[in-house]
Amino acid sequence: MVSPLASDTPVAELPGDALRERAVDQLRSAIGDALIDSLVKPGDDVWVRVRTDAWREAGMALRNVLGMDFFCFLSAIDWMPSPFGRGEDDPTQPPVERDTAIKQGYAGGETRFQMLARVVSTTLHYGVNIKTDVADDDLSVQSWIPVYAGANWHEREAHEMFGISFAGHPDLRNMYLPTGFEGYPLRKDFPLLARHVKTWPGIVDVEPLPGEPEEATTVEGAAE
Amino acid sequence: MSVDTTRDLAGLGDRQKLAYIASQAADARLNVELETEGMTLNIGPQHPATHGTLRIVCRLDGEQVVWAEPSAGYMHRGYEKLTEVRTFPQVTTLVNRIDWLGSFANEVPFILAAEKLMGIEAPPRAQHIRTILFELSRIANVGLFLGDLGVQMGAVTPVFMAFRDREYVLNLIEGATGGRFHPNFDRIGGLKDDLPKGWIDETRGVMRKLRNFCTEMEDLLFGNEIFQARTRGIGVIPKEIALQYGLSGANLRASGVDYDLRRDQHLPMAWDKVDWKVWSHPDGDSFARCWVRLMETRESTLIVDRLLDTIPSGPVMAKVPRIIKVPEGEAWVSTENPLGEMGYYVVSKGDLGPFRVKIRSASFNNISVVPWVLRGVLVPDIITILASLYFILGDIDR
Repeated sequence: MVSPLASDTPVAELPGDALRERAVDQLRSAIGDALIDSLVKPGDDVWVRVRTDAWREAGMALRNVLGMDFFCFLSAIDWMPSPFGRGEDDPTQPPVERDTAIKQGYAGGETRFQMLARVVSTTLHYGVNIKTDVADDDLSVQSWIPVYAGANWHEREAHEMFGISFAGHPDLRNMYLPTGFEGYPLRKDFPLLARHVKTWPGIVDVEPLPGEPEEATTVEGAAE
Repeated sequence: MSVDTTRDLAGLGDRQKLAYIASQAADARLNVELETEGMTLNIGPQHPATHGTLRIVCRLDGEQVVWAEPSAGYMHRGYEKLTEVRTFPQVTTLVNRIDWLGSFANEVPFILAAEKLMGIEAPPRAQHIRTILFELSRIANVGLFLGDLGVQMGAVTPVFMAFRDREYVLNLIEGATGGRFHPNFDRIGGLKDDLPKGWIDETRGVMRKLRNFCTEMEDLLFGNEIFQARTRGIGVIPKEIALQYGLSGANLRASGVDYDLRRDQHLPMAWDKVDWKVWSHPDGDSFARCWVRLMETRESTLIVDRLLDTIPSGPVMAKVPRIIKVPEGEAWVSTENPLGEMGYYVVSKGDLGPFRVKIRSASFNNISVVPWVLRGVLVPDIITILASLYFILGDIDR
C-alpha cells in the first residue's frame, strides 16, 4: 500500500481568462468549423457551441486534446418561454398574452432544444460549458458514453425529461417516471399540474410590499 | 459464465427487463464447472443498507455479483421543474431538501450563482459565517456517515456516538439559524441574521468534542481488524474510472485525485483565508473512501476553529433591492459539498424567477458508478461498497 497523502500544496494558480481563450483556440484547431460560437466571460467561465453532428467529436477533443478529464454533467435546455408563465394566472381573468419568441442564451443557438454539458480539467482547474443545437424535427444527438462513461445516466435523464434520444445509448430506460409515462416533464409546454388543479394562493393573498406604490399592490378581487 | 449480460434490452420496460433477467438467471447454468445456478437478488427499495429507497437488482453466480443495476427514482420530487415557478429567494427552501443531512451546504451554491448573475457579493463577515456554517453541515453530515459505517458491518456502537455528537452540531446550527435540519438561512446578498451571543465560544467547545469523536471513530473502526478486512482492497475504483464517471468529493480524492473545489476555484467564500489541507488517498478502495472522510471531518473542525479566530466585523447583508430581479444570463457555481460536487447551472431571463436550473448533485454521479464497481464483488461487499460510496437518496433523485 502506498502511504496516504495530505496535500499541503498552496492554492494552485487559479485559471485566468487566457487559459479559457486558449481552450477555445485548441478546440477550434481540433474540430475546425464545427465550432460555431464561443463566449469567454472575463473572470467567470467559457461557453462553446458546436455543430450537432460534431457533438461526440467535440467531446473527444475536449477529453483528449484539452485534457478535460472530469465529467461534470450533461443536460438539455428548452428555450421556449413557458405558455403558463409561473403558473400564477387567475383563471377568472382573461388569458395573459405572453411572449413566445425563443431566445437562446450564451453562445447563441437556432433551435428550441439545446444540449448542455460541462467538463472540467482537474489539473488546470477550469471547466468548459459546451452546447449544441438539437434539430426540432429530429430530437436526437450522438451519445457521449464512448467519451465519458458517466454520461449514461445523464442521457437517460435528459431522454426522460426532454424527449431527446441519444444515438448509440444502449438503454434509454426511464429513471424516475413509471414506464409508459406520457409527456416530457421538463419541457416548457408540460404543465405543472399542481398549479392547475388548485389556483396559486398568491393571487388572492398579496401582502403589500414596503416602498411599493399603493395601487400596484392591490389585487383586484382581493379587497372584496 | 457464458450468459450474455449485455444483450440489448432497449425498448423494454422496467418490468419486462427485470422479468427477462430473472428468467434468464433461473434458467441458465452460469457456471458449468461448479454447476451453480444463477440467481437474481433484489435489494430494496426498502432496505436498511440502502439509506432510503434505492433499489439494487443483482444477478449472482454463487456469491459473486455478475451484474448489478441500481434503480433510483423512488424519491423524485421534480425540483428542477419546481424552480421554474419559484422566485429566486424561494428556491433555497427547495434545494435545502436535496441533501438533507447537510442542508445549508445546498443553499450556498445556488445563492452564489444568483449573486454572480446580479454582480454582487456578500460582505466579508457574511462570507465568513457562510463558510463556518457550510463546514458545520459537513461535520454533521459526514460525522453521521462515520457512525453509520459501523452499522453496515455489524458494529452497533459507533452510530450511537455519531448521533450523540451530531446533536451538538445540530444544536449549533439551530442556535445560529433557527433550523436544525433545514436552516434556509442564506439570502441573496448575505445572511438572514448575525450570529447569536456566545455562539462562537460554544462552537469552539463543540469542535473539541468532535475532534475527540473523530479519534474515537479512528480507534474503534479504522484500526479494527474486521473493518480493515472488509474494506481494504474491496471495491477499488481506479482514478480514470472515477474521473469519467464524474465521482466527486471524498470518492474522487480516495482514488488519488487531488482535487477539491474549496481550494481549486475562486469563490467569494472564506476557505482561502485560512490554512488547511486536502486529504487524498491513492488506493481507491472502500477503506480509502472512509479514511478520506474521517480526515476531512477532522480537518473541517480545524477549519471552523481557524475561521472563528479570524471572523471580521461588519454587516452580514449587502444592499439588495427588496424585490429581487436577476439580470439575464447564465451562471454555473459549484461547491465542495459533504457528498461531493454540488452545482447549479442557473439560466435567468431577467425575471423574478429562474428560467431553468440544472441541479448537478453529487450522489447522482457517485452512484452511477455502481454497475461498474459491483461487477465481480461478493454479496457481503455490496453493503460495504455502497456505504463507502456514501449517497443520500434525495441527492440522487432531486
